[in-house]
Amino acid sequence: MPDARHLTRLILLLAALLTLHGCSTSGGKKEGAEEAGPGPATEGAEVTPGTAAGVAMPLGDEARIDLEYLDDPASPLSQRVVYFDFDSDVVPPEWRDVVAAHGKLLAKYPDLHVRLEGHTDERGSREYNLGLGERRARAVAERMRLEGAQQTQMSIVSFGEEKPADPGHDETAWAKNRRVEIVYER
Amino acid sequence: MSTSRSLPRLAAILYTSALLALCSRVGAVLEVEITQGVEGAIPIAIAPFGGAEIASEHVDGVIESDLRNSGLFETLPPPRFPETPTPGQPPNLAAWRQAGVDYLVTGSLSPDGPGRYTVHAVLWNVLAGRPLLDFSVRAAAQALRRAGHQIADRVYQELTGERGAFDTRIAYVAVRTRPDGTRRYLLQIADSDGHNPRTVYDSPQPLLSPAWSPDGRRLAYVSFESGRAAVYVQELATGHRQQVSGGRGTRSAPAWSPDGQRLALALSVEGNFDIHVLELASGRLSRLTFGRAIDTEPVWSPDGKAIFFTSDRSGRPQVYRIAASGGPAQRITFEGRYNASPDVSPDGRWLAVVHLDRGGYRIATLDTAGGALQVLTDGRLDESPSFAPNGRLILYATEHAGRGVLAAVSRDGRVRVRLSTPDEDVREPAWGPYRHD
Repeated sequence: MPDARHLTRLILLLAALLTLHGCSTSGGKKEGAEEAGPGPATEGAEVTPGTAAGVAMPLGDEARIDLEYLDDPASPLSQRVVYFDFDSDVVPPEWRDVVAAHGKLLAKYPDLHVRLEGHTDERGSREYNLGLGERRARAVAERMRLEGAQQTQMSIVSFGEEKPADPGHDETAWAKNRRVEIVYER
Repeated sequence: MSTSRSLPRLAAILYTSALLALCSRVGAVLEVEITQGVEGAIPIAIAPFGGAEIASEHVDGVIESDLRNSGLFETLPPPRFPETPTPGQPPNLAAWRQAGVDYLVTGSLSPDGPGRYTVHAVLWNVLAGRPLLDFSVRAAAQALRRAGHQIADRVYQELTGERGAFDTRIAYVAVRTRPDGTRRYLLQIADSDGHNPRTVYDSPQPLLSPAWSPDGRRLAYVSFESGRAAVYVQELATGHRQQVSGGRGTRSAPAWSPDGQRLALALSVEGNFDIHVLELASGRLSRLTFGRAIDTEPVWSPDGKAIFFTSDRSGRPQVYRIAASGGPAQRITFEGRYNASPDVSPDGRWLAVVHLDRGGYRIATLDTAGGALQVLTDGRLDESPSFAPNGRLILYATEHAGRGVLAAVSRDGRVRVRLSTPDEDVREPAWGPYRHD
């Protein structure tokens, strides 16, 4: 019988690995990393995602399967960036399933925690954009809460236009920059 | 155009180019771009200052570029100078009149103890044939540019009736990208013409929204060093800095009250910014706005009684006014679907905003008492308007050749000056108050 504490530890470990392994494209700690996109982490390189699945530890099958979806391209959980329309904080219909899937995962594992990072494109004032990024992150949090995620499982942070995913100055770049990144932590 | 007219113009262009080449060595360049006619610009000449060979700075050059960049003066290029006045002797005013100027500034530097100078300046009314101003400024060797700005301020005030703002400073954020792609964000202060830049804070995380305290001794600004936006106040003389408002939530967009005792700021606890006022001595925070709209970018009216701010409560960002003690907010901007980032002129009459104008974010002004909005710039992403302490120019951020630069536009839109620093992306300008040091 897998012990519940072990299960929790494993979930946390997996979440940490996911964070290190490029779930976080925000560069919250590593400046400049956001332009590189997902890729091998430079810190903690001895821990590779391959070892995560192979951890010799009693494991709740169900939890393992759920969390593996975070890296399964066929699962909505593998998508951890949600994009927005210009000057809008409404989660577009095509992204609602993704947000709902993450909300359900949080509801199922109350020890999981996500940081929701709101971003905007470069147009308009920086301070207003900081407010817009904040509200985009909140819009995602509210949808996750509808799926049963707890307020305490989510923290909101806005970078406004300060950390573009694409440094370009055209609509293609702007569309990539109007986003909320869902970052699993701890 | 006649040859007699185009030759002086060519001389002026060559002279300006030479001046720009000279300036680029010291790190900052001012490029003047007169957008509309300068009919009525005052013709003036700044003669070479005697004794200048003992100093490293050309005080006369500082005065000349200050006056010319204001757009209110047409300065005579040196190739057309009829003479080099001899210190201690009156200039040949008839010859200067012949050269086409109404006013002339002469001056000289003399040693005043080790590493110090006395700069003596005289402003002549060439037509009337008499001096209007005769005064001296004392300065340390490294402060000679400042002496030049102070002289330019006196001349400007004498001839325009308006206080000069050349001897002031600006703050801004410069971003340097290293070869490995990482960035440094530098909080900079510099003279009003971009010279003497100095870094007061350096961070690997974004910096935003510097705001000068009314006495010019402190800067409030936003730093992401804690992982989220928070407001810091830094004393310029000592470099001492502290987070003035910690705790839960995100804090941003600081604005000093005119008495320097309070900061208005935008605070978000659960994902939505509202305007709050922080009393600095006690740390007491009072909330001014409520509701689900983004309320941010507060700025105080000069009398301290009202706060202007940006809100999207109508669906799109517009500027509103609220009493500093709270109460209902009144909408100020109605033209167009985007008006944000307000700044109030020092006399309280004008508001400068970022206005979305036919696809471009541009600087516009409007009368706080009502009236049409006037678009002053034609950029694509012009931001962060900040009035000079005399209200004549508005400093703002724009882009040029793919990077952020600073520019200033006169409140009537007739004169634009671009100010750039090499190898940097520059943004978030804030024009400091008159200096009292």
